[in-house]
Amino acid sequence: MHEINIEEKVLHKNDEIAVGTRAAFRKMGIFAINMVSSPGSGKTSIIEETVKRFGPKADGIAVIEGDQETELDKERLLKCGIPAHQITTGRACHLDAEMICSALEWVMEQRNLKLLIIENVGNMVCPAEYDLGEEMMVAVLSVAEGDDKPLKYPALFNAADVLIINKTDLVPQTNFDIERAKENALKINPGLKVFTTSCTTGEGIDEWCAFLAGLAIKGTEVKI
Amino acid sequence: MHEISLMRVILETVEQEMAKCNASALNRLTLRIGTLTAVEPDAMRFAFDAAIEKTPMEGATLDIMASALSGRCRDCGTEFPLVEFDSPCPICSGVDIKRLTGTELDIVSIDVD
Ligand SMILES: Nc1nc2c(ncn2[C@@H]2O[C@H](COP(=O)(O)OP(=O)(O)O)[C@@H](O)[C@H]2O)c(=O)[nH]1
Ligand SMILES: [Mg+2]
Ligand SMILES: [Zn+2]
Repeated sequence: MHEINIEEKVLHKNDEIAVGTRAAFRKMGIFAINMVSSPGSGKTSIIEETVKRFGPKADGIAVIEGDQETELDKERLLKCGIPAHQITTGRACHLDAEMICSALEWVMEQRNLKLLIIENVGNMVCPAEYDLGEEMMVAVLSVAEGDDKPLKYPALFNAADVLIINKTDLVPQTNFDIERAKENALKINPGLKVFTTSCTTGEGIDEWCAFLAGLAIKGTEVKI
Repeated sequence: MHEISLMRVILETVEQEMAKCNASALNRLTLRIGTLTAVEPDAMRFAFDAAIEKTPMEGATLDIMASALSGRCRDCGTEFPLVEFDSPCPICSGVDIKRLTGTELDIVSIDVD
């Protein structure tokens, strides 16, 4: 009987691939974001509203859609007039760095790309652990889900850089307290930048888009 | 959920390490899982038991070392356990805390024959 010391991160291979992908994106001047939420929180809707708000400037935006089965979200985005690439994950409940790395060829074919939005598989747990090579992770929480969600799923809110609280138009129909949700999320991650949006009324979409337009990679503006 | 695919990755590493030293059996696998890691220890145990069945690893035990949240105060440098996500520094009451532990997902060691 003898003990062998290993001391290694379980996801070190994923992380290594992600580091390479991030470097490739930066070299191409692409700012990549990874959107994570439960199914139905409004990730695709937020992307649609973002594209509409940017109008002709949305030329610089492309989307990678992660979904276990269908290509429905990709179709919604193509209808909006932006390039979209589907990754069907099958049984995997999250995207991983290798899947995004395999999509690099498609990304390179997109001309003048400035902002790559990766919509992860609808799941609040698993995607939190997988670095995809993005610059920024965006968690989306809808008011239909309860303002205690950050405390129930702390790993996601800890890993995220940005939180979008969506479906604010539904607040009157729920007991969701936006201030309490923010407080809970900031307790877990004091560095979170929080936005509140409604894709139905358009509330907050301008602020979110202004933030996106001002994002910078290594000091250079991502001009979209 | 993803515990099954994580366990597959873990056992690949274990198999490689066992092959390196010509080990014939696995007695114990030790993992470190942080309280803020999106992994359920029970699901991990279930995935482990299912995956090692009818392999040279069958019968091994899984040891999970829980790694609690801890942080370092950026004002005075004190390192302390975080009882709450937003516990202030016990020495200077500072609230600018750098997280040190609690998000690990590591293979620590294996014990083999
Ligand atoms: N009332 C309301 N419904 C919304 C809002 N955003 C999205 N939805 C609806 O929520 C459902 C799920 O949205 P979707 O964007 O597909 O969510 P995803 O699974 O996160 O991509 C759809 O029926 C949307 O129309 C919102 O701000 N308010
Ligand atoms: Mg969607
Ligand atoms: Zn202090």
